Formats: sequence, structure tokens, C-alpha cells
Amino acid sequence: MSSQERRARETGLDTVPVLDTVPVLDVDPLLDDPATRIIVCCGSGGVGKTTTAAALGVRAAERGRRAVVLTIDPARRLAQSMGIDSLDNVPRRVKGIDEGAGGELHAMMLDMKRTFDEVVEANAAPDRARAILENPFYQSLSAGFAGTQEYMAMEKLGQLRARDEWDLIVVDTPPSRSALDFLDAPKRLGSFLDGKFIRVLMAPAKVGGRAGMKFLNVGMSMMTGTLSKLMGGQLLRDVQTFVAAMDTMFGGFRTRADATYRLLQAPGTAFLVVAAPERDALREAAYFVERLAAEEMPLAGLVLNRVHGSGAPQLSAERALAAAENLGQRGIVDQGDGNAGPRGSSTAASPETPRTTARGGAEDTRTEDTQSEGTQPEDTHAEGDGEVADDVAQLTAGLLRLHAERMQVLAREQRTRDRFTALHPEVAVTEVAALPGDVHDLAGLRDIGERLSHR
Amino acid sequence: MSRLQVVSGKGGTGKTTVAAALALALATEGKRTLLVEVEGRQGIAQLFETEALPYEERKIAVASGGGEVYALAIDAERALLDYLQMFYKLGSAGRALKKLGAIDFATTIAPGLRDVLLTGKACEAVRRRDKKGAYVYDYVVMDAPPTGRITKFLNVNDEVAGLAKFGPIHNQAQAVMRVLKSPETAVHFVTLLEEMPVQETADGVAELRAAELPVGKVLVNMVRPQLLDEEALRAAAGERRTAVAQALSAAGLGGARRGGHAERLVDPLLEQAAEHAQRVELEREQREALAGIGLDTYELPMLGEGLDLAGLYRLAAALRTHLGADRAQGAA
Repeated sequence: MSSQERRARETGLDTVPVLDTVPVLDVDPLLDDPATRIIVCCGSGGVGKTTTAAALGVRAAERGRRAVVLTIDPARRLAQSMGIDSLDNVPRRVKGIDEGAGGELHAMMLDMKRTFDEVVEANAAPDRARAILENPFYQSLSAGFAGTQEYMAMEKLGQLRARDEWDLIVVDTPPSRSALDFLDAPKRLGSFLDGKFIRVLMAPAKVGGRAGMKFLNVGMSMMTGTLSKLMGGQLLRDVQTFVAAMDTMFGGFRTRADATYRLLQAPGTAFLVVAAPERDALREAAYFVERLAAEEMPLAGLVLNRVHGSGAPQLSAERALAAAENLGQRGIVDQGDGNAGPRGSSTAASPETPRTTARGGAEDTRTEDTQSEGTQPEDTHAEGDGEVADDVAQLTAGLLRLHAERMQVLAREQRTRDRFTALHPEVAVTEVAALPGDVHDLAGLRDIGERLSHR
Repeated sequence: MSRLQVVSGKGGTGKTTVAAALALALATEGKRTLLVEVEGRQGIAQLFETEALPYEERKIAVASGGGEVYALAIDAERALLDYLQMFYKLGSAGRALKKLGAIDFATTIAPGLRDVLLTGKACEAVRRRDKKGAYVYDYVVMDAPPTGRITKFLNVNDEVAGLAKFGPIHNQAQAVMRVLKSPETAVHFVTLLEEMPVQETADGVAELRAAELPVGKVLVNMVRPQLLDEEALRAAAGERRTAVAQALSAAGLGGARRGGHAERLVDPLLEQAAEHAQRVELEREQREALAGIGLDTYELPMLGEGLDLAGLYRLAAALRTHLGADRAQGAA
């Protein structure tokens, strides 16, 4: 890559990415297209998935879609601002949305246990459903071991889609450590609840408990004996009762998991991988891109949150630190020669990163800058040796150190991004500039929406 | 200093990194620590730039002063088979269980059993002694599940002990719980000075306390230096443009006249200062919120160049300073 391209990228960071090798993701056509029925936001934890999903919902609604946002674990204040902090597992209409374009926004927060209960209630006769809901094994199964949340998120997505009341569903995915869990968990849960082992467990209960054991082969009875020994007879009985009660629903679990899976592959579905410009988050994003391709699930692009920019990319970190050092010395000893700042020796500002790895672009800029000043010597010398008051010198040195820190962040983010782009140059990217604080109101979500679409 | 150090934290706060740095910090002066991974993500291997860890305790780093860090990625299925072997000498029955999918069932689906195995294995490492009766590991550091799941994860043995009211699983669960609820264990939370991680930390601490699990410290990660003091920030926001332009020029950054190189830097620099001021203010609020939790807080610096092995050792050094200060205070 030429240094010019690099610089173009730097200057573009806080506005629209101008790099022509990476396709730019434009979310508005995606949101506006009536064929888009489901948008799934996925990515590792802590990258702003929920906020992105909510912002997309707000933007879609204000552009005329009847949208619903399914969030998994929103920050309390964000949930409050959308009026979905009460857990009732049904979508609520969000107030304060500009419905002028004919759209509206509904939102809900997933209640995992409640969703599981509903599945049971919808698929079993009332007395059997009650037996299941009261079973201690079911109660801890539904209250959340790894996998239930993922399964129930997909179940709820299937339900919302089946109701066909909304023309766009935006889904947040559970805060799994690995973004992939949410694709795997439903299948896993479906196949287990449906599987061979469950049937073995169920056998004694079905044929009338202990008395039926003699019909089973020796290996099997040894196994249930082992399980009984291991789990304690009472837990095994709980499991068996649960499994027996669930019997009628097993086929259903498998079918539902398969249906949800197909729904995710359907043409109306678009996946957005959300990441922050950090190594781990982008590594997860890369895995996810590969996995989606393998599963033939449609990827719309990458949302890169919390990208930093600078209004003065022409000033490299190294040069800013040198200038700060220079001013700092003036402040203390009132040194006359302002241009003799010891280059690269200012480590005070950032003890963790004593030396900036000045990148091609920054170096070039420096040379260019110096050259252009060389043609106007009066500029440098007449003003360069002027007196600077101590407090102004200190203030300016601080500003320069701050800038150096920012340029280091930019460089680091660019390196992590480059790594991702090298792996997946085909993935369209939209960058969202870092905000100083968290978003917890509709205005903030609208702002994120603007940033997402670069308007 | 508790011998089982559990490190939790919201996603994106650098939990694995801090856990690894803590293992390094505790290994100094000839100590031996075990760094345990329970989520099967191979985050430790990536951090130490080694190949994927097998289900086996393996030395991955040497700390200053001759200490050693071992690492183990616990695999629930293997842990269950080990456990069956250890307690029941189940040769063929174990294999039969595996063939039927029972092991898969137990480790993925049976409520909490997976977590029982993971915590059980960590507790076993804490209690393990060599032939002379000395502890094999001075400390065990666990890279634990995130804040939202940590109480459930650690308390799962209680839950299982309730589900299985007697029998070996019950006994095992009780034994693990005794370690987890004792002063032998400390659960730390990694956070950033941002609203959501701080809120989750407060919630997580409250949950742990309610479950009577031992809360350790709050580890504030990625703390950026405050580069301008309050006064300077106020000044920057005021009418100092010309003076700043002149100072920039004096430092050799071009002309201070209108449109000159130095003058054109003023706006962007002041804008960055305003953002910085806003961030400093938000961080101050979050520090206050953290103080309200009432736990000791360690701050760890942001590594400007991103995290590599060298960065990990720098974090370990920062943790060591905190630990040393605590120890000195304890002695006084």
C-alpha cells in the first residue's frame, strides 16, 4: 500500500472511509429494502451489539419501516429509554419515534425462562405442561445453563417472524464469549432433547420404572445403574420424569431448531457482524465471517464501532511528542532555541509506549511539512523563537501529548483493521466514530444511526 | 492472599489478559501458579503466543525471580471422564456412556454439570499436594465466565447439591462449595472506567455477596493517563487560540499566522482536548460509582501499542506493585 493511500485512510477516519479497496457498507439501502425482513447483529461481547441493533431499529422505523428490535441484555438505562425495562417478553411500542414516514418501532427484551415456558405451554396439554414446569430439573435447565439463552433468542426470533406483524426484525445476539455459540447452541440443544441418550433415560420411566429394567439389556441397566450412582437416584428420577413429560415435544424441538436455522439462511435475512477495532473483537469477527460463509448465511457487512479519528492527522505522534518536550523545557528553563527539541526522547507522556512506531504516512507528512516550511523561512524563524508564557507552554505541551496519544490509538486501530481487511477484503465495512460516553436515549441512538449510514 | 483467584469481568474489558497478568504477578519470587481457562476459547494460548493448549497442565511462562506459570484449558468432557475414572474406576461403563452421548449430554446439557466439573477441577488443583505434603501450586488463577454469569457459575455446586440431594455428585458439589465459599477464594472483577462495565461490576458484586461468595478486588483495566490537568482543560476551552498557535509555532510546528501550519493545528487539538475533558469527567463519575461498591481497586494502565507478550509482563509488573503495596499495608 502506498503511503498516500495510508494517509487517505487516516484523514478519512472520522468521516467516511475513503479507502477504495474496502467496500463501504451503506446501511440505509439495507434498511429501506422491503425484502430485508431480518437483521441479525452478532459479534463478541462488549463491542456495542445491543446499541447497534437498537440504533438500526430506530433508523429503520423513522425511515418508514414497521420494525421490532429484540434485545438480549440491554444496559438498564438504554432499556428504560426505550420503555422495555419491564420483563414481559412481548414487544412494546417505543414512544418518541418520529413516525412521520409511516413506520413504527417496537422493542422487547428477551426473557429466557419465560420463552422456554411458553414453548412448553404451546406444545403440551395443560396438565403435562404443568408437570414439566414444576419439575426441578426443568427449572434449572430453563433458568440458564449455557445454550438456553441462544436457543431461546432464536426461538423468539422464529415466533416474531411467524406473527408477521412487522416487516423488519432486528435481533441482538446473546453476549457469548464466542460469537459462534449462538449458531451452535440451538442445534445442540435440539439434538440433545431429541437424542438417543434421552430415550435411554426415558426407557425405565416408560415401561414402568424399575420393574421394566429386565427388558433392557445388561449394558443398559449397568448404565442407568451408573447414572443412578452418580447422580443420586432422586435426580435421575427427576430427569426421567421430565423426559417422559417432554416426550411429545421432542420432535418439535428438532423441527423448530431446523426451521430457525433455515430462516437464518433465507434471502430476507442479513447478518451484520459488529466489532470494535481491537484484536480480539476483530478476530472473532473474522471467525464469524468465515462461519457464516460456511453455513451459507447472508452477510451484509461489518459494523466497526468506536473508531477514533483526528482532525490533525498530518502531525505524527512522534513529532507532537518532540514538540511537547521542547515546550516543556521552555516552560522550565525558558530555553531560547525552540527548534532543538530532542527528537523521540520524550517518554514522559506515555510510559507504556515510549516510542511511537511512526508509520509511512506520518513520516511522509513530516518531511513534506518541513520542506514546505523551508520555502518560507520567515514563518519558522520569526515566530519560532518568540517568547511563550509558561502556562501557555504547559497547556500546549499537554495538547500535543494528547494528540500523540490519539495518533497512537489511530495507528493501533489501523493495524488491527488492516489484518482483518487482509483476511476478508470482500467484506463491506461501516465505521462508527467513538463517542466519549454511553448512549442511553433515543437522541443518542439516532446519532449512532446517522454515523452508521454516514449521513 | 487467597490461593484461588477467580477473575471475571464484562466482555471486552480484558478479563483473560488480566487473569494472565495476575498469574504472572503471583508467580514471582519462585512461586508456581496455574492459570486455568474454562470457556474453551484458547484465549490463554493466543495471549502467550503458543499453540492451542491441550487438556494438560503445561508450563507457559517464567516470571521474574524464577517463578513459573502453568496453564490448563479445562475440557469438561475430559474432566468428567477423569472424574468417573478417579471415583468409580469406570473403564468400560465410561466408554459406554460416551458412546451413547451421555457424556456429551452431561457436559453440555445437564444443568450446571459442566460448571461443576470446571469449578471442581480448579478446586482440585488448589488442594493438590505433592509427596512431601506441600501444595503443588501456590496460586490458581481462573479466567472465569463473564460478570453476568459468574455467580451462577460459582454457585452451581449449591444448585446441583440441591438438585442431587445425596450421592457422589452431591458430595462432590458440597466439597467444591466449601472451597469456593472460604477465604481460600477471591473473586475479582475486571472493569473499564465506562458506564456499562461499572454498572455490571456493581451488579455482579451484589450478586456474589448475596450468594455469600468471597468478593475480591475491582481491577480497572486500560486506564489512560490524564494528560491535561483540570485547569489546563478549562483554559483550552477558553480564548487561548492565538497564544496556543504561537506556542505551537515556537515548538517548531510551523507558522502561527492565520492559515499557517501551526495555526491550523489549533482547532483539531482543542477539539481533542474537549473530548478528553468529557472523558475525564465521565471517568471521574465512574470512579465515584466504583468507590460506592466499597472494594479495593487496582488500576492498570492502557497499553498504547496494544497487547503483546511484553505488554502482558508490564501489566504483571503493575499488578505486582499493587500487591506489594497491599502486603506492606497489611504488615503495618
